[in-house]
Amino acid sequence: MTNTVDPTPDEPVIRVQSVDKIFTLRHTRSIKEYVVWTVKGRKGELSQTFKALNNVSISIGSGESVGLLGLNGSGKSTLLKLISGVMQPDAGDVQIKGLVAGLIEVGAGFHPDLTGRENVYLNGAILGMSEEEIERKFDDIVAFSEIEKFIDTEVKFYSSGMFLRLAFSVAIHSQPDIFLVDEILAVGDEPFQRKCLDRIRELKAAGQTLVVVSHDLRRIQEICDRGIVLRQGEVVLDGTIAEAVDLLHQGA
Amino acid sequence: MNRTPAMMRLHHPGHSRGLIEIPRWYFLLSLLVRKELRVRYRGSVLGMLWTYVKPAIQLLVYYLAMGRFLRLNAQIPNYIVYLFSGIVMVNVFNEILRNTTSSIVGNAPLVGKIYLPRELFPVASLWVAFIHFIPQVVVLLIAAVLFGWRPGPMNILAVLGGILLVAMLALGLGLMFSAWNVLFRDAENIVDLISMVAIWFSPVFYAWSMVQAAVPGWLWTVYQCNPLSVAVELFHYGFWAPTRDGGGTPITVITANAANPPGFGMWICVGFAISVVLLVLGQLVFRTHESRFAEEL
Repeated sequence: MTNTVDPTPDEPVIRVQSVDKIFTLRHTRSIKEYVVWTVKGRKGELSQTFKALNNVSISIGSGESVGLLGLNGSGKSTLLKLISGVMQPDAGDVQIKGLVAGLIEVGAGFHPDLTGRENVYLNGAILGMSEEEIERKFDDIVAFSEIEKFIDTEVKFYSSGMFLRLAFSVAIHSQPDIFLVDEILAVGDEPFQRKCLDRIRELKAAGQTLVVVSHDLRRIQEICDRGIVLRQGEVVLDGTIAEAVDLLHQGA
Repeated sequence: MNRTPAMMRLHHPGHSRGLIEIPRWYFLLSLLVRKELRVRYRGSVLGMLWTYVKPAIQLLVYYLAMGRFLRLNAQIPNYIVYLFSGIVMVNVFNEILRNTTSSIVGNAPLVGKIYLPRELFPVASLWVAFIHFIPQVVVLLIAAVLFGWRPGPMNILAVLGGILLVAMLALGLGLMFSAWNVLFRDAENIVDLISMVAIWFSPVFYAWSMVQAAVPGWLWTVYQCNPLSVAVELFHYGFWAPTRDGGGTPITVITANAANPPGFGMWICVGFAISVVLLVLGQLVFRTHESRFAEEL
Protein backbone atom coordinates (compact mmCIF):
# COMPACT_ATOMS: atom_id res chain seq x y z
CA MET A 1 0.00 0.00 0.00
CA THR A 2 1.08 3.54 -0.64
CA ASN A 3 -0.56 4.81 2.53
CA THR A 4 1.47 7.38 4.33
CA VAL A 5 1.65 7.12 8.09
CA ASP A 6 -1.43 8.73 9.55
CA PRO A 7 -0.36 11.47 11.97
CA THR A 8 -3.77 11.46 13.63
CA PRO A 9 -4.76 7.83 14.19
CA ASP A 10 -7.60 8.67 16.58
CA GLU A 11 -9.44 10.70 13.97
CA PRO A 12 -12.18 8.83 12.11
CA VAL A 13 -11.64 7.91 8.46
CA ILE A 14 -15.31 8.48 7.68
CA ARG A 15 -17.22 11.26 9.40
CA VAL A 16 -20.84 11.82 8.51
CA GLN A 17 -22.44 14.66 10.45
CA SER A 18 -26.17 15.48 10.50
CA VAL A 19 -26.60 14.57 6.86
CA ASP A 20 -29.85 15.01 4.94
CA LYS A 21 -30.31 13.81 1.40
CA ILE A 22 -33.38 14.80 -0.53
CA PHE A 23 -34.21 13.37 -3.94
CA THR A 24 -36.26 15.27 -6.45
CA LEU A 25 -38.25 12.99 -8.68
CA ARG A 26 -38.86 14.98 -11.84
CA HIS A 27 -41.51 13.92 -14.26
CA THR A 28 -40.16 15.58 -17.36
CA ARG A 29 -36.94 15.90 -19.27
CA SER A 30 -38.08 18.28 -21.96
CA ILE A 31 -37.83 22.04 -21.89
CA LYS A 32 -41.20 22.32 -23.66
CA GLU A 33 -43.12 20.61 -20.86
CA TYR A 34 -41.13 22.54 -18.30
CA VAL A 35 -42.12 25.85 -19.87
CA VAL A 36 -45.74 24.85 -20.46
CA TRP A 37 -46.24 23.63 -16.91
CA THR A 38 -44.52 26.69 -15.48
CA VAL A 39 -46.78 29.00 -17.51
CA LYS A 40 -49.87 27.07 -16.42
CA GLY A 41 -48.80 27.50 -12.81
CA ARG A 42 -48.51 23.77 -12.26
CA LYS A 43 -44.76 23.81 -11.81
CA GLY A 44 -45.09 22.22 -8.40
CA GLU A 45 -46.56 19.11 -9.97
CA LEU A 46 -43.49 18.58 -12.11
CA SER A 47 -41.54 17.09 -9.28
CA GLN A 48 -41.89 15.32 -5.98
CA THR A 49 -39.34 15.28 -3.23
CA PHE A 50 -38.35 12.37 -1.10
CA LYS A 51 -36.07 12.41 1.92
CA ALA A 52 -33.66 9.50 1.58
CA LEU A 53 -31.53 10.37 4.59
CA ASN A 54 -32.62 12.31 7.64
CA ASN A 55 -30.10 13.71 10.11
CA VAL A 56 -27.68 10.81 9.82
CA SER A 57 -24.46 10.96 11.82
CA ILE A 58 -21.90 8.19 11.93
CA SER A 59 -18.21 8.01 12.55
CA ILE A 60 -16.06 5.13 11.42
CA GLY A 61 -12.47 4.62 12.54
CA SER A 62 -9.55 3.13 10.66
CA GLY A 63 -9.71 -0.66 10.40
CA GLU A 64 -13.35 -0.97 11.41
CA SER A 65 -15.65 -3.30 9.50
CA VAL A 66 -19.15 -1.93 9.45
CA GLY A 67 -22.30 -3.51 8.08
CA LEU A 68 -25.08 -1.17 6.94
CA LEU A 69 -28.40 -2.91 7.33
CA GLY A 70 -31.97 -2.03 6.57
CA LEU A 71 -34.86 -2.82 4.31
CA ASN A 72 -35.00 -1.70 0.69
CA GLY A 73 -35.28 2.06 0.46
CA SER A 74 -33.91 2.67 3.93
CA GLY A 75 -31.06 4.78 2.56
CA LYS A 76 -28.11 2.38 2.75
CA SER A 77 -26.95 2.77 -0.83
CA THR A 78 -27.51 6.51 -0.74
CA LEU A 79 -25.25 6.71 2.30
CA LEU A 80 -22.55 4.76 0.44
CA LYS A 81 -22.86 7.12 -2.51
CA LEU A 82 -22.37 10.10 -0.23
CA ILE A 83 -19.27 8.50 1.27
CA SER A 84 -17.84 7.70 -2.16
CA GLY A 85 -18.52 11.25 -3.36
CA VAL A 86 -20.85 10.27 -6.19
CA MET A 87 -23.57 12.35 -4.51
CA GLN A 88 -23.42 15.42 -2.30
CA PRO A 89 -25.52 15.87 0.86
CA ASP A 90 -28.25 18.53 0.93
CA ALA A 91 -27.44 19.33 4.55
CA GLY A 92 -24.71 18.30 6.95
CA ASP A 93 -21.21 17.26 6.16
CA VAL A 94 -19.42 14.15 4.87
CA GLN A 95 -15.67 13.83 5.21
CA ILE A 96 -13.34 10.94 4.50
CA LYS A 97 -9.64 10.24 4.74
CA GLY A 98 -7.69 8.56 1.96
CA LEU A 99 -8.76 6.89 -1.24
CA VAL A 100 -12.25 5.48 -1.29
CA ALA A 101 -13.24 2.84 -3.79
CA GLY A 102 -14.98 -0.41 -3.92
CA LEU A 103 -17.63 -2.65 -5.11
CA ILE A 104 -20.48 -0.33 -5.74
CA GLU A 105 -22.35 -2.06 -8.51
CA VAL A 106 -19.50 -4.26 -9.61
CA GLY A 107 -18.58 -3.75 -13.19
CA ALA A 108 -20.06 -0.27 -13.58
CA GLY A 109 -17.03 0.69 -15.62
CA PHE A 110 -16.95 -2.46 -17.72
CA HIS A 111 -17.65 -2.09 -21.38
CA PRO A 112 -19.00 -5.08 -23.35
CA ASP A 113 -17.04 -4.22 -26.50
CA LEU A 114 -13.68 -4.33 -24.78
CA THR A 115 -11.78 -7.51 -24.05
CA GLY A 116 -11.35 -8.80 -20.52
CA ARG A 117 -7.77 -7.53 -20.49
CA GLU A 118 -8.77 -4.03 -21.61
CA ASN A 119 -11.53 -3.95 -19.04
CA VAL A 120 -9.10 -4.87 -16.28
CA TYR A 121 -6.98 -1.86 -17.21
CA LEU A 122 -9.91 0.50 -17.60
CA ASN A 123 -11.52 -0.52 -14.34
CA GLY A 124 -8.28 -0.62 -12.42
CA ALA A 125 -7.70 3.00 -13.48
CA ILE A 126 -11.28 3.95 -12.62
CA LEU A 127 -10.79 2.50 -9.15
CA GLY A 128 -7.70 4.65 -8.68
CA MET A 129 -4.89 2.25 -9.59
CA SER A 130 -1.85 3.48 -11.48
CA GLU A 131 -0.65 1.84 -14.70
CA GLU A 132 2.34 0.31 -12.94
CA GLU A 133 0.13 -1.03 -10.14
CA ILE A 134 -2.25 -2.71 -12.60
CA GLU A 135 0.61 -4.28 -14.53
CA ARG A 136 2.08 -5.63 -11.30
CA LYS A 137 -1.22 -7.12 -10.15
CA PHE A 138 -2.56 -8.17 -13.54
CA ASP A 139 -1.68 -11.85 -13.23
CA ASP A 140 -3.11 -12.04 -9.72
CA ILE A 141 -6.33 -10.40 -10.86
CA VAL A 142 -6.79 -12.85 -13.73
CA ALA A 143 -5.82 -15.84 -11.59
CA PHE A 144 -8.30 -14.85 -8.90
CA SER A 145 -11.12 -14.56 -11.43
CA GLU A 146 -10.25 -18.01 -12.88
CA ILE A 147 -11.05 -16.93 -16.45
CA GLU A 148 -7.51 -16.99 -17.89
CA LYS A 149 -8.68 -18.64 -21.08
CA PHE A 150 -11.09 -15.84 -21.93
CA ILE A 151 -9.07 -12.81 -20.93
CA ASP A 152 -8.59 -11.68 -24.53
CA THR A 153 -12.22 -12.29 -25.46
CA GLU A 154 -14.67 -9.39 -25.59
CA VAL A 155 -16.67 -9.17 -22.41
CA LYS A 156 -20.00 -9.31 -24.28
CA PHE A 157 -19.32 -13.01 -24.89
CA TYR A 158 -18.86 -13.70 -21.17
CA SER A 159 -21.50 -15.37 -19.08
CA SER A 160 -22.83 -13.14 -16.31
CA GLY A 161 -20.90 -15.22 -13.78
CA MET A 162 -17.60 -14.75 -15.59
CA PHE A 163 -18.25 -11.06 -15.94
CA LEU A 164 -18.91 -10.59 -12.23
CA ARG A 165 -15.88 -12.66 -11.28
CA LEU A 166 -13.56 -10.50 -13.29
CA ALA A 167 -15.16 -7.28 -12.08
CA PHE A 168 -14.98 -8.41 -8.49
CA SER A 169 -11.41 -9.52 -8.91
CA VAL A 170 -10.33 -6.10 -10.18
CA ALA A 171 -12.12 -4.34 -7.36
CA ILE A 172 -10.72 -6.56 -4.64
CA HIS A 173 -7.19 -5.89 -5.86
CA SER A 174 -7.59 -2.12 -5.90
CA GLN A 175 -6.58 -1.64 -2.24
CA PRO A 176 -8.24 1.64 -1.37
CA ASP A 177 -8.08 3.06 2.14
CA ILE A 178 -11.82 2.73 2.51
CA PHE A 179 -13.46 -0.23 0.86
CA LEU A 180 -17.17 0.04 0.12
CA VAL A 181 -19.06 -3.14 -0.67
CA ASP A 182 -22.62 -2.86 -1.96
CA GLU A 183 -24.56 -6.07 -2.28
CA ILE A 184 -21.99 -8.09 -4.13
CA LEU A 185 -21.74 -11.03 -1.82
CA ALA A 186 -23.85 -12.99 -4.28
CA VAL A 187 -21.14 -13.10 -6.92
CA GLY A 188 -20.78 -16.32 -8.86
CA ASP A 189 -21.18 -19.81 -7.54
CA GLU A 190 -20.72 -21.03 -3.98
CA PRO A 191 -16.96 -21.79 -4.22
CA PHE A 192 -16.29 -18.38 -5.71
CA GLN A 193 -18.38 -16.67 -3.04
CA ARG A 194 -16.30 -18.49 -0.42
CA LYS A 195 -13.16 -17.26 -2.07
CA CYS A 196 -14.44 -13.68 -2.09
CA LEU A 197 -15.40 -13.83 1.56
CA ASP A 198 -12.02 -15.26 2.46
CA ARG A 199 -10.37 -12.47 0.54
CA ILE A 200 -12.46 -9.81 2.28
CA ARG A 201 -11.61 -11.36 5.64
CA GLU A 202 -7.91 -11.27 4.75
CA LEU A 203 -8.25 -7.58 3.92
CA LYS A 204 -10.02 -7.02 7.21
CA ALA A 205 -7.30 -8.83 9.13
CA ALA A 206 -4.77 -6.59 7.41
CA GLY A 207 -6.54 -3.54 8.84
CA GLN A 208 -8.68 -2.57 5.85
CA THR A 209 -11.60 -0.27 6.65
CA LEU A 210 -14.75 -1.89 5.31
CA VAL A 211 -18.30 -0.64 4.86
CA VAL A 212 -20.62 -3.38 3.67
CA VAL A 213 -24.22 -3.23 2.49
CA SER A 214 -25.97 -6.55 2.12
CA HIS A 215 -29.27 -8.28 2.69
CA ASP A 216 -27.48 -11.54 3.37
CA LEU A 217 -27.49 -11.42 7.17
CA ARG A 218 -25.49 -14.60 7.60
CA ARG A 219 -22.66 -13.46 5.36
CA ILE A 220 -22.53 -9.96 6.78
CA GLN A 221 -22.03 -11.41 10.27
CA GLU A 222 -19.03 -13.31 8.98
CA ILE A 223 -17.35 -10.12 7.82
CA CYS A 224 -18.41 -7.23 10.03
CA ASP A 225 -17.93 -6.42 13.71
CA ARG A 226 -20.12 -3.38 13.88
CA GLY A 227 -23.64 -2.95 12.55
CA ILE A 228 -25.68 0.14 11.75
CA VAL A 229 -29.38 -0.20 11.03
CA LEU A 230 -31.19 2.38 8.92
CA ARG A 231 -34.95 2.74 8.77
CA GLN A 232 -36.56 5.28 6.44
CA GLY A 233 -33.38 7.29 6.26
CA GLU A 234 -32.65 7.40 9.97
CA VAL A 235 -30.13 5.54 12.09
CA VAL A 236 -32.10 3.37 14.51
CA LEU A 237 -29.26 1.29 15.87
CA ASP A 238 -25.48 1.56 15.98
CA GLY A 239 -23.95 -1.37 17.84
CA THR A 240 -22.47 -4.80 17.31
CA ILE A 241 -23.33 -6.72 14.17
CA ALA A 242 -25.20 -9.30 16.28
CA GLU A 243 -27.48 -6.63 17.77
CA ALA A 244 -28.11 -5.19 14.32
CA VAL A 245 -28.98 -8.55 12.82
CA ASP A 246 -31.30 -9.32 15.76
CA LEU A 247 -33.15 -6.08 15.18
CA LEU A 248 -33.56 -6.91 11.50
CA HIS A 249 -34.85 -10.36 12.32
CA GLN A 250 -37.54 -8.67 14.39
CA GLY A 251 -38.42 -6.79 11.19
CA ALA A 252 -36.47 -3.53 11.49
CA MET B 1 -3.25 7.91 -9.68
CA ASN B 2 -1.66 7.69 -6.28
CA ARG B 3 -2.70 9.34 -3.11
CA THR B 4 -1.81 12.94 -2.55
CA PRO B 5 -1.06 14.19 0.98
CA ALA B 6 -4.29 16.19 0.87
CA MET B 7 -6.25 12.97 0.36
CA MET B 8 -4.80 11.48 3.52
CA ARG B 9 -6.35 14.23 5.63
CA LEU B 10 -10.08 14.44 6.21
CA HIS B 11 -11.60 15.88 3.06
CA HIS B 12 -14.95 16.12 1.33
CA PRO B 13 -15.35 13.29 -1.18
CA GLY B 14 -16.57 14.14 -4.65
CA HIS B 15 -14.94 17.54 -5.02
CA SER B 16 -12.38 18.17 -7.72
CA ARG B 17 -10.66 21.29 -8.92
CA GLY B 18 -12.10 20.81 -12.37
CA LEU B 19 -10.17 20.92 -15.62
CA ILE B 20 -6.91 21.79 -13.86
CA GLU B 21 -6.94 18.37 -12.21
CA ILE B 22 -7.39 16.39 -15.44
CA PRO B 23 -3.69 16.08 -16.42
CA ARG B 24 -3.11 14.02 -13.25
CA TRP B 25 -5.52 11.45 -14.68
CA TYR B 26 -3.75 11.03 -18.02
CA PHE B 27 -3.63 7.24 -17.73
CA LEU B 28 -7.36 6.83 -17.22
CA LEU B 29 -7.95 9.53 -19.83
CA SER B 30 -5.97 7.59 -22.42
CA LEU B 31 -7.96 4.43 -21.63
CA LEU B 32 -11.25 6.31 -21.94
CA VAL B 33 -10.18 7.69 -25.32
CA ARG B 34 -9.23 4.22 -26.52
CA LYS B 35 -12.54 2.87 -25.27
CA GLU B 36 -14.53 5.50 -27.16
CA LEU B 37 -12.64 4.83 -30.38
CA ARG B 38 -13.14 1.10 -30.01
CA VAL B 39 -16.84 1.45 -29.30
CA ARG B 40 -17.35 3.82 -32.20
CA TYR B 41 -15.90 1.40 -34.74
CA ARG B 42 -17.26 -1.85 -33.37
CA GLY B 43 -18.51 -4.14 -36.08
CA SER B 44 -17.39 -1.76 -38.81
CA VAL B 45 -15.39 -3.17 -41.72
CA LEU B 46 -13.77 0.07 -42.79
CA GLY B 47 -13.22 1.28 -39.21
CA MET B 48 -11.07 4.39 -39.01
CA LEU B 49 -11.14 4.60 -42.83
CA TRP B 50 -14.53 6.26 -42.46
CA THR B 51 -12.78 9.32 -41.09
CA TYR B 52 -11.22 9.69 -44.57
CA VAL B 53 -14.25 8.71 -46.62
CA LYS B 54 -16.71 11.12 -45.02
CA PRO B 55 -14.75 14.36 -45.46
CA ALA B 56 -13.65 13.28 -48.94
CA ILE B 57 -17.26 12.88 -50.08
CA GLN B 58 -18.24 16.06 -48.28
CA LEU B 59 -15.47 17.95 -50.03
CA LEU B 60 -16.40 16.56 -53.43
CA VAL B 61 -20.08 17.46 -53.06
CA TYR B 62 -19.41 20.98 -51.79
CA TYR B 63 -16.75 21.56 -54.42
CA LEU B 64 -19.13 20.60 -57.23
CA ALA B 65 -22.07 22.55 -55.82
CA MET B 66 -20.25 25.66 -54.64
CA GLY B 67 -17.15 25.73 -56.78
CA ARG B 68 -18.56 24.62 -60.11
CA PHE B 69 -22.30 25.21 -60.10
CA LEU B 70 -22.20 28.50 -58.19
CA ARG B 71 -18.84 29.42 -59.79
CA LEU B 72 -17.05 30.41 -56.59
CA ASN B 73 -14.16 28.61 -58.20
CA ALA B 74 -13.66 31.59 -60.50
CA GLN B 75 -13.67 34.15 -57.70
CA ILE B 76 -11.39 32.43 -55.20
CA PRO B 77 -8.13 30.99 -56.54
CA ASN B 78 -7.26 27.45 -55.44
CA TYR B 79 -10.84 27.20 -54.23
CA ILE B 80 -10.57 23.55 -53.30
CA VAL B 81 -7.84 24.24 -50.73
CA TYR B 82 -9.75 27.28 -49.47
CA LEU B 83 -12.91 25.22 -49.12
CA PHE B 84 -11.29 22.21 -47.49
CA SER B 85 -9.35 24.16 -44.87
CA GLY B 86 -12.64 25.71 -43.75
CA ILE B 87 -14.54 22.42 -43.82
CA VAL B 88 -11.89 20.67 -41.73
CA MET B 89 -12.08 23.40 -39.09
CA VAL B 90 -15.88 23.38 -38.90
CA ASN B 91 -15.89 19.56 -38.80
CA VAL B 92 -13.63 19.44 -35.78
CA PHE B 93 -15.69 22.13 -34.04
CA ASN B 94 -18.89 20.18 -34.64
CA GLU B 95 -17.42 16.91 -33.55
CA ILE B 96 -15.97 18.26 -30.32
CA LEU B 97 -19.25 19.96 -29.53
CA ARG B 98 -21.39 16.90 -30.27
CA ASN B 99 -19.11 14.43 -28.46
CA THR B 100 -18.73 16.54 -25.35
CA THR B 101 -22.44 17.32 -25.15
CA SER B 102 -23.38 13.66 -24.97
CA SER B 103 -20.35 12.63 -22.91
CA ILE B 104 -21.94 12.77 -19.44
CA VAL B 105 -25.23 11.13 -20.42
CA GLY B 106 -23.28 8.58 -22.48
CA ASN B 107 -21.22 7.59 -19.47
CA ALA B 108 -24.19 7.50 -17.10
CA PRO B 109 -23.33 4.12 -15.51
CA LEU B 110 -19.93 5.45 -14.47
CA VAL B 111 -21.03 8.93 -13.46
CA GLY B 112 -23.81 7.52 -11.31
CA LYS B 113 -21.80 4.92 -9.46
CA ILE B 114 -18.19 5.86 -9.06
CA TYR B 115 -16.76 9.25 -8.34
CA LEU B 116 -14.25 10.55 -10.86
CA PRO B 117 -13.64 14.18 -11.79
CA ARG B 118 -16.52 14.48 -14.25
CA GLU B 119 -14.55 16.74 -16.59
CA LEU B 120 -12.70 13.57 -17.62
CA PHE B 121 -15.55 12.60 -19.94
CA PRO B 122 -15.81 15.82 -21.97
CA VAL B 123 -12.01 16.01 -22.16
CA ALA B 124 -11.83 12.40 -23.41
CA SER B 125 -14.39 13.34 -26.08
CA LEU B 126 -12.22 16.28 -27.07
CA TRP B 127 -9.28 13.94 -27.67
CA VAL B 128 -11.40 11.54 -29.68
CA ALA B 129 -12.45 14.42 -31.92
CA PHE B 130 -8.81 15.43 -32.38
CA ILE B 131 -7.86 11.88 -33.35
CA HIS B 132 -10.48 12.07 -36.09
CA PHE B 133 -9.16 15.48 -37.04
CA ILE B 134 -5.64 14.22 -37.81
CA PRO B 135 -6.46 12.25 -41.00
CA GLN B 136 -8.41 15.23 -42.33
CA VAL B 137 -5.46 17.54 -41.73
CA VAL B 138 -3.19 15.06 -43.48
CA VAL B 139 -5.44 15.09 -46.56
CA LEU B 140 -5.59 18.87 -46.41
CA LEU B 141 -1.80 19.08 -46.20
CA ILE B 142 -1.38 16.86 -49.25
CA ALA B 143 -3.84 19.02 -51.18
CA ALA B 144 -2.03 22.19 -50.09
CA VAL B 145 1.37 20.78 -51.11
CA LEU B 146 -0.02 19.87 -54.56
CA PHE B 147 -0.99 23.53 -54.93
CA GLY B 148 2.52 24.72 -54.09
CA TRP B 149 2.20 25.26 -50.35
CA ARG B 150 5.26 27.15 -48.98
CA PRO B 151 4.48 28.12 -45.41
CA GLY B 152 6.45 30.56 -43.32
CA PRO B 153 6.62 30.43 -39.52
CA MET B 154 3.58 32.72 -39.25
CA ASN B 155 1.47 30.33 -41.33
CA ILE B 156 2.39 27.40 -39.09
CA LEU B 157 1.66 29.51 -36.04
CA ALA B 158 -1.75 30.37 -37.50
CA VAL B 159 -2.58 26.66 -37.86
CA LEU B 160 -1.61 25.93 -34.26
CA GLY B 161 -3.49 29.02 -33.09
CA GLY B 162 -6.58 27.90 -34.98
CA ILE B 163 -6.49 24.48 -33.32
CA LEU B 164 -6.07 25.98 -29.86
CA LEU B 165 -8.87 28.43 -30.52
CA VAL B 166 -11.37 25.82 -31.69
CA ALA B 167 -10.46 23.49 -28.80
CA MET B 168 -11.17 26.17 -26.19
CA LEU B 169 -14.33 27.37 -27.91
CA ALA B 170 -15.86 23.93 -28.46
CA LEU B 171 -14.83 22.54 -25.06
CA GLY B 172 -16.27 25.59 -23.29
CA LEU B 173 -19.60 25.24 -25.11
CA GLY B 174 -19.45 21.45 -24.73
CA LEU B 175 -19.02 21.63 -20.94
CA MET B 176 -22.10 23.84 -20.74
CA PHE B 177 -24.23 21.68 -23.00
CA SER B 178 -23.11 18.41 -21.42
CA ALA B 179 -24.33 19.66 -18.04
CA TRP B 180 -27.63 20.93 -19.46
CA ASN B 181 -28.06 17.70 -21.36
CA VAL B 182 -28.26 15.85 -18.05
CA LEU B 183 -31.23 18.00 -17.04
CA PHE B 184 -32.90 18.35 -20.42
CA ARG B 185 -32.16 16.09 -23.35
CA ASP B 186 -33.15 19.02 -25.61
CA ALA B 187 -29.56 20.20 -25.35
CA GLU B 188 -28.53 17.73 -28.05
CA ASN B 189 -31.04 19.26 -30.45
CA ILE B 190 -29.76 22.75 -29.76
CA VAL B 191 -26.25 21.51 -30.50
CA ASP B 192 -27.47 20.01 -33.78
CA LEU B 193 -28.84 23.43 -34.69
CA ILE B 194 -25.54 25.12 -33.87
CA SER B 195 -23.72 22.55 -36.01
CA MET B 196 -26.04 23.13 -38.92
CA VAL B 197 -25.62 26.89 -38.80
CA ALA B 198 -21.88 26.91 -38.03
CA ILE B 199 -20.67 26.07 -41.53
CA TRP B 200 -22.76 28.83 -43.14
CA PHE B 201 -21.92 31.60 -40.67
CA SER B 202 -18.20 31.16 -41.10
CA PRO B 203 -16.29 31.99 -44.29
CA VAL B 204 -16.07 28.39 -45.47
CA PHE B 205 -17.75 28.48 -48.90
CA TYR B 206 -17.33 32.16 -49.61
CA ALA B 207 -14.76 34.87 -48.86
CA TRP B 208 -15.11 37.32 -45.98
CA SER B 209 -15.19 40.20 -48.49
CA MET B 210 -18.55 38.96 -49.85
CA VAL B 211 -20.04 39.24 -46.38
CA GLN B 212 -18.61 42.68 -45.82
CA ALA B 213 -20.03 43.87 -49.13
CA ALA B 214 -23.49 42.48 -48.41
CA VAL B 215 -24.27 43.38 -44.78
CA PRO B 216 -24.38 46.62 -42.73
CA GLY B 217 -21.34 47.50 -40.67
CA TRP B 218 -22.66 46.39 -37.29
CA LEU B 219 -23.61 42.95 -38.66
CA TRP B 220 -20.12 42.63 -40.10
CA THR B 221 -18.75 43.25 -36.61
CA VAL B 222 -21.05 40.58 -35.17
CA TYR B 223 -19.95 38.18 -37.89
CA GLN B 224 -16.28 38.76 -37.11
CA CYS B 225 -16.84 38.27 -33.37
CA ASN B 226 -17.65 34.62 -34.02
CA PRO B 227 -14.50 32.82 -32.83
CA LEU B 228 -15.17 30.05 -35.33
CA SER B 229 -14.88 32.59 -38.19
CA VAL B 230 -11.53 33.62 -36.77
CA ALA B 231 -10.43 29.98 -36.51
CA VAL B 232 -11.46 29.35 -40.14
CA GLU B 233 -9.53 32.44 -41.27
CA LEU B 234 -6.50 31.23 -39.32
CA PHE B 235 -6.66 27.96 -41.26
CA HIS B 236 -7.04 29.88 -44.53
CA TYR B 237 -3.98 31.84 -43.59
CA GLY B 238 -2.11 28.67 -42.66
CA PHE B 239 -3.07 26.33 -45.49
CA TRP B 240 -4.50 28.34 -48.36
CA ALA B 241 -2.64 31.68 -48.37
CA PRO B 242 0.83 30.06 -48.83
CA THR B 243 -0.27 28.11 -51.93
CA ARG B 244 0.37 29.30 -55.51
CA ASP B 245 -1.75 29.51 -58.64
CA GLY B 246 -0.97 27.79 -61.95
CA GLY B 247 1.60 30.43 -62.85
CA GLY B 248 3.41 30.06 -59.51
CA THR B 249 2.22 33.35 -58.05
CA PRO B 250 1.41 33.17 -54.32
CA ILE B 251 -2.25 33.59 -53.40
CA THR B 252 -1.42 36.52 -51.16
CA VAL B 253 -0.14 38.41 -54.20
CA ILE B 254 -3.14 37.56 -56.41
CA THR B 255 -5.73 38.62 -53.83
CA ALA B 256 -3.57 41.63 -52.85
CA ASN B 257 -4.03 42.09 -49.11
CA ALA B 258 -7.36 40.30 -49.19
CA ALA B 259 -6.18 36.92 -47.93
CA ASN B 260 -7.39 37.88 -44.50
CA PRO B 261 -9.90 40.47 -43.34
CA PRO B 262 -8.93 44.00 -42.27
CA GLY B 263 -7.87 44.23 -38.65
CA PHE B 264 -7.24 40.48 -38.57
CA GLY B 265 -4.79 40.80 -35.65
CA MET B 266 -7.45 42.46 -33.56
CA TRP B 267 -10.09 39.90 -34.51
CA ILE B 268 -7.74 37.09 -33.48
CA CYS B 269 -7.45 38.70 -30.05
CA VAL B 270 -11.24 39.11 -29.84
CA GLY B 271 -11.74 35.48 -30.89
CA PHE B 272 -9.35 34.21 -28.24
CA ALA B 273 -10.85 36.45 -25.57
CA ILE B 274 -14.38 35.23 -26.30
CA SER B 275 -13.22 31.60 -26.31
CA VAL B 276 -11.44 31.95 -22.99
CA VAL B 277 -14.53 33.54 -21.47
CA LEU B 278 -16.69 30.71 -22.84
CA LEU B 279 -14.31 28.09 -21.48
CA VAL B 280 -14.36 29.63 -18.01
CA LEU B 281 -18.12 30.03 -18.19
CA GLY B 282 -18.49 26.42 -19.37
CA GLN B 283 -16.45 25.18 -16.44
CA LEU B 284 -18.55 27.25 -14.01
CA VAL B 285 -21.87 25.99 -15.42
CA PHE B 286 -20.50 22.43 -15.33
CA ARG B 287 -19.44 22.76 -11.70
CA THR B 288 -22.75 24.16 -10.52
CA HIS B 289 -24.61 21.20 -12.00
CA GLU B 290 -21.99 18.51 -11.38
CA SER B 291 -23.00 17.65 -7.83
CA ARG B 292 -26.45 16.62 -9.05
CA PHE B 293 -25.38 14.53 -12.06
CA ALA B 294 -25.58 11.20 -10.22
CA GLU B 295 -29.18 11.66 -9.11
CA GLU B 296 -30.46 13.23 -12.35
CA LEU B 297 -29.17 10.52 -14.62
